[in-house]
Amino acid sequence: MNVRLYVWQRATAALMLPLVLLHVAVIFYATRRGMTAADILARTRGSVVWAALYGTFVIAAAIHAAIGLRNVLIEWSPLSERGAGMFAMTFGGALLLLGLYAVAAVVL
Amino acid sequence: MSDARSELTVSLWRGAQQGRYKSYNVPLRENQTVLDVVTFVQRHLDPTLSYRFACRVGVCGSCAMTVNGRPRWTCRTHVSSVAKAGRLEIGPLENLPVIKDLATDMRPFFEKWQQAKGAFEPSKTRHDAIDAIRPDSPARIAADAAIECINCGICYAACDTVRWNTDYLGPAALNRAWTLVNDARDAGNAARLAAVAGSGGCHACHSHQSCQEHCPQALNPTASIAGLKRRTAAAYLKGEIKA
Repeated sequence: MNVRLYVWQRATAALMLPLVLLHVAVIFYATRRGMTAADILARTRGSVVWAALYGTFVIAAAIHAAIGLRNVLIEWSPLSERGAGMFAMTFGGALLLLGLYAVAAVVL
Repeated sequence: MSDARSELTVSLWRGAQQGRYKSYNVPLRENQTVLDVVTFVQRHLDPTLSYRFACRVGVCGSCAMTVNGRPRWTCRTHVSSVAKAGRLEIGPLENLPVIKDLATDMRPFFEKWQQAKGAFEPSKTRHDAIDAIRPDSPARIAADAAIECINCGICYAACDTVRWNTDYLGPAALNRAWTLVNDARDAGNAARLAAVAGSGGCHACHSHQSCQEHCPQALNPTASIAGLKRRTAAAYLKGEIKA
C-alpha cells in the first residue's frame, strides 16, 4: 500500500466510525420499536438527510473495502499488484452500485 | 546448571533452500550459548557445517539463526534459556535465501536498506561548522530510541509482512530511515520519504510487532514505522511527495 491508498483508507475509516455507530443505533431503534418496513419507508422516503448519511456510508465503505481487499490479495494470493488492484476496483465498484441501489430503494 | 543431563540433542539444518535437519549430540556445559553449540559441532563433529559469526559478544549482528522456531542472536542466547527437554533445533533465518546450512544470503536485507535511503546524506561540508544537536530535542530523542540496530536481520526474519510481500522493505530498513528522518544534519529526507511511501514501504506494515518482540537490542521498529506513516502522510497531504 502506498501513501495515497493509506490516506484514503484511514480517511474513509474515520468517516465510517460515526456512521457505523449511527447505523447500529438505527438498527436497535427500529427493532426495539417493532417498526415495520412500511413504518421505516415512511420516514426515509424523500429524506435528504438519510440519503446523505447512507450515501456517504456506502461510498466510504466501497473505497475502504476495496483498498483492504487489494492488500489482502497482494499478500495472500498469487495475483500481481496490478491484478489485485483491478480485482479490488471491480469489487469496490460492485459494492458501490449495490449500496447506492439499496439507498435509492429506501429514500426514493 | 541444575539439569542432570550431560548431553544436548541438537538438530541442525543441513543443505540449502532444500535440505533437512540432522541430529548431533553435544556435551552440555555451564553457561553454554547456542553459538557455542554450533561451533562445537563444526569443530568436533562435522567440519563441513557452514554458519556465520564474528564478534561473539552481541555487537556485530552476524550470528542470528532460528532457534527452536524463534529468530535469535545465538552468541547471546544461553542454551539453558531455550533448550526444551535437552533438545535444540537450529535453522537459518527465515525470509532470506539459504546459501548453505545456517548461513543465509543477506543481500536482499541490505539492498532494502539502500532502497529505503538508509545512507546518511550530509548537509554540510568539512569547512562548515558542526551542527549543535541538543540531546533533549524531540527529534534527537526519537532518533536515539531507534539508533542501536546491529543489522542482525532478526526483525526481518520475524516479520509476517516480509514473508507475504516480497517488495516490503522490512522493519530494519524502515527503522534506519526513521533515525535519519529525525537527524537534523541529514539532507536526504525528500528522497527518503518518497522511497518509504511507495507500495513496499512503511504503509505495508500491519503493526504485528514481531520485530520489537524479537529485537535483541529491545528496539521498537513498529514505533519507528508508525512515525514514518505519520510523517509521509503529512508530506503527501502537503504535496511534498507524490504517491
